[in-house]
Amino acid sequence: MSETQYLAPKTIDEAVKAHSAAKGSARFLAGGTDLLVQIKSGIKKPNLVIDIKKIVELNSIKEVSDNEFKVGSAVSGANLNRNKKFANLWPGVLEAFRLIGSEQIQGRASLGGNLCNGSPAGDSVPALVAARCTATITGPNGSKNLPIEKFHTGPGKTILEDGEMLVSINFPKRSMNSADAYLRMTPRTEMDIAVVGCSVNISMENGLCTEARVSLGAVAPTVLLIEEASNIMVGTDLNSGILDEVSKLCSEACNPINDKRGTIDYRTKVAAVLFKRATLIAIDRIKGR
Amino acid sequence: MSKIRVSTEINNEEVEYLCNPHDTMLDVLRNQLDLTGSKEGCGSGDCGSCSVILDGELVCSCLMLAAEAEGSKIETIEGMSEGGKLHALQQKFLERAALQCGICTPGMLIASKALLDHNPTPTETEVRYWLAGNLCRCTGYDKIVKAVLEVADDMKETA
Repeated sequence: MSETQYLAPKTIDEAVKAHSAAKGSARFLAGGTDLLVQIKSGIKKPNLVIDIKKIVELNSIKEVSDNEFKVGSAVSGANLNRNKKFANLWPGVLEAFRLIGSEQIQGRASLGGNLCNGSPAGDSVPALVAARCTATITGPNGSKNLPIEKFHTGPGKTILEDGEMLVSINFPKRSMNSADAYLRMTPRTEMDIAVVGCSVNISMENGLCTEARVSLGAVAPTVLLIEEASNIMVGTDLNSGILDEVSKLCSEACNPINDKRGTIDYRTKVAAVLFKRATLIAIDRIKGR
Repeated sequence: MSKIRVSTEINNEEVEYLCNPHDTMLDVLRNQLDLTGSKEGCGSGDCGSCSVILDGELVCSCLMLAAEAEGSKIETIEGMSEGGKLHALQQKFLERAALQCGICTPGMLIASKALLDHNPTPTETEVRYWLAGNLCRCTGYDKIVKAVLEVADDMKETA
């Protein structure tokens, strides 16, 4: 680590240029709760660390239009949690993000970092997929937007090319007849990594589901969007028969690993259970609005 | 290798230091500024014994580069007492014997202060969740949690 250099640019342009001009490898640093651990343990050895927290756009939450949020890639959990309007519109996203680590970790860790770290078990990722968020990416060859479900290509792998930076996570305009919920299964109650995570995001009108997005984490090399779920759920009252049908789909979609934290059988079974429970919570949240 | 000059504020005093790009905030606090109250337990953000308050936010100083502190305000355990008078949390930890070996105690105190700064009337559950990032291998946590709740109660009465 002795040859690492540190820069804290004030603008996105400076940060991208510094990355391109770096001799050797460069890494963008947001909260550092993954990157600094990886550097200390020798897993990553960047020659240049570019701290992006001093770039105002990357470290702020913006309501672009009424009920439509853009969250900078370096915004911490503690910071996002203080935005009461965001918390009310996206309870599932916030509960997923806030499950990551302790209060100390929440003081630094960012949504952008959770995405870029690329763990299949990252808690906020299923919630962002279910929320129909997009990622704004910029780099030496310009900027682009893409859906979060296209962001990861494998464990620890993202579509980001060398020198590209995640700028923001963009939330679609939200109506008050929508709500989301995230649940995860962990061996311990806190300070643990998901064995299965499930996020459900639904809209209801006059007792009928008008939109549904279901996403699963930690059961495949990347977070899954269960696309067929929406076809089955929309237009129904989300009765127990419908939830049974979709929960089977969830189990079928699982392609998990066996490890010390959970077996393939267990993860596959739990995915179905979490889907049902998360859906019931989301329905209750809409009723409570 | 060139060092980085950092200007920051620690415990209400302006501080300048030179650091290497890879030095953590904890390295500089302990090894350069002689603020050795913050401890290194795990060095990976799991144990909370290096906790400090950075611009009002509770963080692990082991998971922060010293260079990142430029222009910030940092509170460490050394700034908790005022003019030789212990902070209410420190006093209560003593009275309730909420410590044994003491290694986790600075982190526990800083984390508890950050909690009461954000939420002066926490429930027991809220205290336990908030302190989940501070590991103690001696006390079993109960006396710590009770001490924090008692300070919150005392603050309510004096408010």
